Amino acid sequence: MSLRKLFPHPLLTVLLTVVWMMLYNTVSLGVVVFGLILGVLIPIITSPYWPDRPKMKNFPMIVEYAVVVLWDIVVANFIVARTILFVPNRDIHSTWVTIPLDIRTPEAITALAGTITMTPSTDSADTSADRRSLLVHCLDERDTASVRDQIKQRYERRLKEIFE
Amino acid sequence: MILELLISAFLVIAGVFGLVGSFGLIKLSDRMARLHAPTKATTLGVGGVLIASMLYFSFSAGDFSFHELMVTLFLFLTAPITAHYIAKSHIHRHLEPKDLPDTETDRGWASFEDAADHDPAHDQIDRRRFVPQGASRNGVADGSTQ
Repeated sequence: MSLRKLFPHPLLTVLLTVVWMMLYNTVSLGVVVFGLILGVLIPIITSPYWPDRPKMKNFPMIVEYAVVVLWDIVVANFIVARTILFVPNRDIHSTWVTIPLDIRTPEAITALAGTITMTPSTDSADTSADRRSLLVHCLDERDTASVRDQIKQRYERRLKEIFE
Repeated sequence: MILELLISAFLVIAGVFGLVGSFGLIKLSDRMARLHAPTKATTLGVGGVLIASMLYFSFSAGDFSFHELMVTLFLFLTAPITAHYIAKSHIHRHLEPKDLPDTETDRGWASFEDAADHDPAHDQIDRRRFVPQGASRNGVADGSTQ
């Protein structure tokens, strides 16, 4: 059995082990060993269902992306809270926006859709059947072009560098 | 003293945002708009409680715990997925293709496209990666009793 077969997804092995240790909140031999058992077994069992995984590269970009998204989530909370509390319902202009996608990897599109849902007053709802555009709902927005530009500039550009 | 003030401040912020998010659920008028309240305003609500808890257990009780980080991680993984499911079932049950904007590509939105319409030649990405077309369609049961 080659090393690649034993660890089809080394990062997932590390992640599962660390998460298991964090759940127990201790570093004892028993916890580490059982975490490692899970970390080795789960990637082996699930790898047939996930062929052609994209290679995550550009780790500094992942950190940058996380910081940008966290900041935007905090800002999003204030914007949405303001809309809920101070804008009367009849003045709220909810609308749909189509975001044409440059990224093609399903994993990257999933990450983008999740990010959009968590950030300023936008929720992703659907993709086109050929996965070339994303349907996004805006809570209160009149300038849809700027929403599209911001999503493409802030998130999609960075995700493209991470995944593709 | 300062620590206690800080922890209290985080708890109050968390409470306010949790309340606003829940209030948004009843105040906003249509279903898609209502979805925005719990996916966003509540994130800071939960986040504030978690930061307060981390501060208290690290400095006051002297017993640092990773559990808050785990809660954050699982929250960020589950919140968007739940929102997607709700949005998608809303599209299936209450909307028609004419309610949505144009896809700006050759194909329609995935929710409204039948598996029969599907032409694999359109796909440029390796098919093996995906669940069968139409799986998402069947994900929302059509047992509508309305």
